[in-house]
Amino acid sequence: MVTVRSESNLKNATMNHDPFAWGRPDDNVYGKYNQSIAQAKNNELDAFPKMHTQQPIITGTSVLGIKYKNGIIMAADNIGSYGSLLRFSNIERIIKVGSETVVGVSGDISDFQQLERILEELVISEENYDNQGENNLRAPHVHEYLTRVLYNRRNKMNPLWNSIIVGGFDNDKTPFLKYIDLLGVTYGSSTLATGFGSYLAIPLLRKLIPDDKDYSNIEEEDAKKVIQECMRVLFYRDARSGEKFTLVTVNDEGVKFEKDVEVTGQSWEFAKNLVGYGSKQL
Amino acid sequence: MFRNNYDNDSVTYSPTGRLFQVEYALEAIKQGSAAVGLASKTHVVLVGLKRNAEELGSYQKKLIKIDDHMGVALAGLAPDARVLSNFLRKQAMNSKMVFNRPLSVSKAVYSIADKAQQNTQSYGSRPYGVGLLVSGYDDTGAHLYEFQPSGSVLEYYGASIGARSQAARTYLERNLEKIRDCETPEELIVHGLNALRDTLSQDVELTFKNTSVSIVGKDTKFTTYDDEDVQQWLDKLDSVTNSTHRDEDDDEEAGDNAEDQDVTEDRMETDE
Repeated sequence: MVTVRSESNLKNATMNHDPFAWGRPDDNVYGKYNQSIAQAKNNELDAFPKMHTQQPIITGTSVLGIKYKNGIIMAADNIGSYGSLLRFSNIERIIKVGSETVVGVSGDISDFQQLERILEELVISEENYDNQGENNLRAPHVHEYLTRVLYNRRNKMNPLWNSIIVGGFDNDKTPFLKYIDLLGVTYGSSTLATGFGSYLAIPLLRKLIPDDKDYSNIEEEDAKKVIQECMRVLFYRDARSGEKFTLVTVNDEGVKFEKDVEVTGQSWEFAKNLVGYGSKQL
Repeated sequence: MFRNNYDNDSVTYSPTGRLFQVEYALEAIKQGSAAVGLASKTHVVLVGLKRNAEELGSYQKKLIKIDDHMGVALAGLAPDARVLSNFLRKQAMNSKMVFNRPLSVSKAVYSIADKAQQNTQSYGSRPYGVGLLVSGYDDTGAHLYEFQPSGSVLEYYGASIGARSQAARTYLERNLEKIRDCETPEELIVHGLNALRDTLSQDVELTFKNTSVSIVGKDTKFTTYDDEDVQQWLDKLDSVTNSTHRDEDDDEEAGDNAEDQDVTEDRMETDE
């Protein structure tokens, strides 16, 4: 009798279709699921289960990057959003790493601050300590290191919730521009943008540099002009963006930060014709 | 009988300010067979004289590859050298993995220097009993370093360690300018083998069995030549026996070598 029942259990081993237990075996296969397994505690005092980052909290929006013939240009605004609330307006999201590399970070601001600390430690150990003046920490090295950090955190199922652009010079002194995200995915291009910018700015940037290798014909002014145009379009259409931004130029003369650059040439003429977003009553 | 009370561990100074255990470790290097390293402006060559414990046994390896751009030659306790070179390999892999760049030669050699120095300052540990010649090529060019168990590291254009290595050093000193101006890796290897040849005792000669050669440099990955592959280099030498011993007993061959300038020069120097 016992054997017959266990055989029939196996044969009828079905999936639980209850929406809250979907995909688990039916209770009659292994018994009822032990809910206390999911209630693992951080410590005795804390009754909450251990939880990793599920979403970013304070966020920074797009970072833009473009190569030109002598170097790279990067731009990011100064807003830190709390959801749709523009909570902070003084966040500097592009940082200098070593002597000739810049890193622009979008996504979670607290994770960005953690990355800032990690990169400062990197500079101390690689640039300052026990060094004969050779072996500069250049952009490809910073990029590879950040890729390892982000991929490692993703493998711990606890990612640093950011998209990053690293800009500077490659080992052969040519301009270097590469992207990394919270999954550890990485790619390089002559034109890069994170977040909303990857929809709105990339097409405009590619209008200037249609083919990846063409950056070597681009003048600094032209690259700067198209970046400013992109920042304007983003300010129009990305509700998490701000009017002031930081523009960084890296070329053979060094790293130049221009802070509090304002979006210029705005025209809101079209606004009076907008209909149907609640503000205007018909 | 007199006994030294200050050599029981490596942390106690003698009253005259010496660390005997560390000095004994330096002696262990001299027990090992010779290794010679020399650097031109673009390349570094390491050569070593291998020993076998018995006729039917294999020869002890003298050259160890660390990475495509770096390798070491050892003299002294081979197992200690293995530990150090495994550590160096780990460092090299880490540099590739984390930074996507080859480990710089100076960083590599200082990392093992730090390990060795710790052993001279902690009770119950033994200094490494091996000396290394570290050759490598990186962003800053071709480099040759000598590593010692005391934790000291020095950069050289030409260096030799191990038994009877003074003779090789003398050769390198006399030919320094020629070595620095070597245009081709081949010339550099020949100079290396000439230096190694001078460390030989009377009844030994360089053969493809007891000689190891390696080279690294600009556009040249670290390559070792052993066994049959060494013969091509030995063929470039005027002789495979020690020149000082040659002078003593084979005058009748003088006519054969008269055309060879290098040999004539060697003779002039030894005659001085």
